[in-house]
Amino acid sequence: MMVVQALLAGVFQVVQMALLLLLAPGLTGLVRVIKARLLGRRGPPLVQPYLDLLRLLKKEVVLAENASWLFRTTPYLVFTAIWLAAALVPTFSTALALTATADLIALVALLASARFFLALAGMDVGTSFGGLGSSREMMIATLAEPAMLMVIFSVAILVRTTSLSLIVDFMLSGGVGLRVSLALALISLLMVAIAENGRVPIDNPATHLELTMVHEAMVLEYSGRHLALIEAAGMMKLVLYMALIACIFLPWGIAAPNDGPVELLIGLVTFVLKLVAGAVLLAMFETGIAKMRVFRYGEFLGGALLLSLLGAIFLYVSTGL
Amino acid sequence: MLLLAFAGMARQWLPRAHEVVHGGMAIVCGGAALAVLVRLAMGETGIDTLALPVGLPWLHANLRLDALSAVFLLAVNLAACLAAVFGWSYARHDDEPGRVLPVFPLFIAAMNLVLVADDAFVFLAAWEFMSLTSWLLVLSTHREDETPRAAHVYFVMASFGTACLLLCFGMLAGTTGDYSFAGIRAQPQDVVSASIAALLVLLGAGSKAGLVPLHVWLPLAHPAAPSHVSALMSGVMTKVAIYGLIRVLFDLVGQPLWWWGSILAVIGAVTAVVGVLYALMQDDVKKLLAYSTVENIGVIAIGLGLALVFKASGVPALAALGMTAAMLHVLNHSLFKSILFFTSGAILTATGERKLDRLGGLIHKMPKTALFCLIGSAAISALPPLNGFVAEWMLFQAVLNGPLLEQWELKIGFAVIGALLALSAALAAACFVRFYGIVFLGRPRSPGAEKAREVDPVMLTAIGVPAFLCIVVGVLPTLVIQMIEPVNRLVVGEGLLDAGGHGGWVWLAPASAFGNSYSGLMMFLTIMILTILAVFMIHRYASNRVRRSIAWGCGFTDPAPLGQYSADSFSQPLRRVFAGHLFRTRERVDMPAPGETRPARFTLESRDPAWDWLFTPITRVVGWISERVDALQFLTIRSYLSLMFFALVALLVMVAVSQ
Repeated sequence: MMVVQALLAGVFQVVQMALLLLLAPGLTGLVRVIKARLLGRRGPPLVQPYLDLLRLLKKEVVLAENASWLFRTTPYLVFTAIWLAAALVPTFSTALALTATADLIALVALLASARFFLALAGMDVGTSFGGLGSSREMMIATLAEPAMLMVIFSVAILVRTTSLSLIVDFMLSGGVGLRVSLALALISLLMVAIAENGRVPIDNPATHLELTMVHEAMVLEYSGRHLALIEAAGMMKLVLYMALIACIFLPWGIAAPNDGPVELLIGLVTFVLKLVAGAVLLAMFETGIAKMRVFRYGEFLGGALLLSLLGAIFLYVSTGL
Repeated sequence: MLLLAFAGMARQWLPRAHEVVHGGMAIVCGGAALAVLVRLAMGETGIDTLALPVGLPWLHANLRLDALSAVFLLAVNLAACLAAVFGWSYARHDDEPGRVLPVFPLFIAAMNLVLVADDAFVFLAAWEFMSLTSWLLVLSTHREDETPRAAHVYFVMASFGTACLLLCFGMLAGTTGDYSFAGIRAQPQDVVSASIAALLVLLGAGSKAGLVPLHVWLPLAHPAAPSHVSALMSGVMTKVAIYGLIRVLFDLVGQPLWWWGSILAVIGAVTAVVGVLYALMQDDVKKLLAYSTVENIGVIAIGLGLALVFKASGVPALAALGMTAAMLHVLNHSLFKSILFFTSGAILTATGERKLDRLGGLIHKMPKTALFCLIGSAAISALPPLNGFVAEWMLFQAVLNGPLLEQWELKIGFAVIGALLALSAALAAACFVRFYGIVFLGRPRSPGAEKAREVDPVMLTAIGVPAFLCIVVGVLPTLVIQMIEPVNRLVVGEGLLDAGGHGGWVWLAPASAFGNSYSGLMMFLTIMILTILAVFMIHRYASNRVRRSIAWGCGFTDPAPLGQYSADSFSQPLRRVFAGHLFRTRERVDMPAPGETRPARFTLESRDPAWDWLFTPITRVVGWISERVDALQFLTIRSYLSLMFFALVALLVMVAVSQ
């Protein structure tokens, strides 16, 4: 029985990783389509991101003359780190083989690793754009990462674990009612997700005007397969955050470890539905708001940090273990 | 070691003195480290004591080796061995290596002696000897402009620290006059004197460790010494101070009070954030690393503070979690700080530059150093699957257990400490992206960086070994944690894995860690497999062609490398967000009017508030007292005799009154 369970967990893990890889460009495409419709444009077809990635993968890489080995390895490391981080978030089932390897804290640290290497790669060629992007990205991260950890603290104290699968199981069991702390944590996590994915109002994923770019400036020198990997990693990160928010705050539909095929199917369908809903909300939010000045980021993310800290403090004081 | 010190003194007559000294030290310390490692790995938990018939007549020099000393001995001697190997080669590029030679072995011997001391006299004598020898090492570069001031500041702070420790042991020994540690342990402490002793040791050992606001001397003194000595002072001497803190707070005073731990943890959290913010503002490689030491000491202090709080609250299993995190970070930090300081030494030999803004592009000229330094930078930024992350993971797990405590101050405090810890970790990553990006990446910013060469294999070995160890400890952390277990049982009464939970070599899942597990090995393997898979698939089925071209510069590529992002420009957003008020930074831009030909200027000022509020008053008081006392040197014989007479009378009166 144990062996069967372990095998199933392994299979689910592989299925989940493949699923994320397949769905990620679709989600980005969907957000773009909805945004275009909201603005009254026809917009690109839904499959455009897939086509873009395939086109980039087939092209040759143009490297700057003084690009080092670090520049060439970074896309692979970034892609792997984010893929692995995404693989840890339960999407359709909580029986995942990698659950015990890393918990939520490790997931945050994996994202931090990806950012660390990407920021270094931005500085590798020695142009001003790269440095500018890296510097701003790290500034955003210094506030977003603690805010995210504080959100994790709130959740972890409520359910007494930082393991994602156990959190989902606990949330599904209905042991947690409506809580002020969870509401604060949700708002904070949404703000962090917007900042970390480079969405409006922090960064504009569609811009190519140098002075307003953060993420795009950092990866300006990348081309061909390297760019494809970084773009794919960015798309995967969007799925990751949506799946994370969904699995903590809207865990309904996710199959438990011993569930049969019907529940698994329900899990898959609800996951896709949650992503679609997320895409609609994100597109509506982005259309309705303008981008911020760079030096207002501190206030936005500082607000996120304080909200999440407040939520955590409420829980620390109110919970005796 | 004494012999080697004499060899150093006899350098005029010994033709290859520096090789003898450094080689000898490498062998001695390597042997000592290996012996301790074997002892720890065998699970030897016994306590060996030794009383040498030297010292004061009624108190022999007592020495003792227990698990706590052993772990610190391992950290000290491992780092010392590496430093000696590095110094062996580094000294050849130094103008006057001779200045360091006699003191280097004595410094290491003194640190070892502090760790095995078992009475207050040996402890303090060794402590003071360690301070003095390290002070001499700082002075070895006395020709440089900043060194005399650094040495002066260091001297003042070191004597202040020793004075606090002296009073601390006085409080602990009380009226019995038994200054052996066994005697201190045996007698019950009353709350007031134990609390005063705890605060005094916080001041005394804290100033040596560099806890804010007593850190002002550290970033001046550590960078002034030659690089391998800086590595020792930063990576190891601060740990000896941490050892003093643990020995007194967890061992000698008996049962602790919860508010000592909360003070320590709060100071630690402030230290961590302030330290890393300073590090972000620095433009000198070694100063940046010294401030990063301040940050890491803060992280260790958080762990110790949490352990103390949990111990006082009667939950030893959780205290073990904090303690293990702190001890693991002690070992980790001595590893990655060795890598980073050795790297700074290697850069100094290769380029002759220490300023961040005069380096750049070294990844092409010094590829191996660059790789090792990348591992060190990633490890100190607490990235998985390296060693820094494991300690941080355990610290977060300890913080998460905060709601278990009774006092609501502690509950709120724990949440805030958790937030500050997370903030310092994120800032550390930004700091080391800046450090690595400016030094190793980009284009060379000076002729020295342009002409750099890879350093010799000996130096590379000294940098590479700790880099390798960083990976090993990160991937298989339980091997080291098993060695720390006896320390936990000794100082908090219970081991981390005693209450169940996994302690095998794959999984790290202590029962106290909130029902969680982490596996560095699994993570490392998964990352490797996925990366290889991605590389293979893409190169096989997509494209593997590469073309070199000039970088994209918006139509105009600036040929001057100074147009790159500089260290100050990198930290500008962070400065705006965090440091404006804290360091009173002032940016002035002097922009010439159109048509004027003078260059535009940008000046940046920042001040450390601890200087103005704390250090300047202390120096003023010390200076005032020493001027007054100075007058005593020039009295007549008559006045001296009368002074002695009155002193004698006063003492006799005191004895008469107290009887």
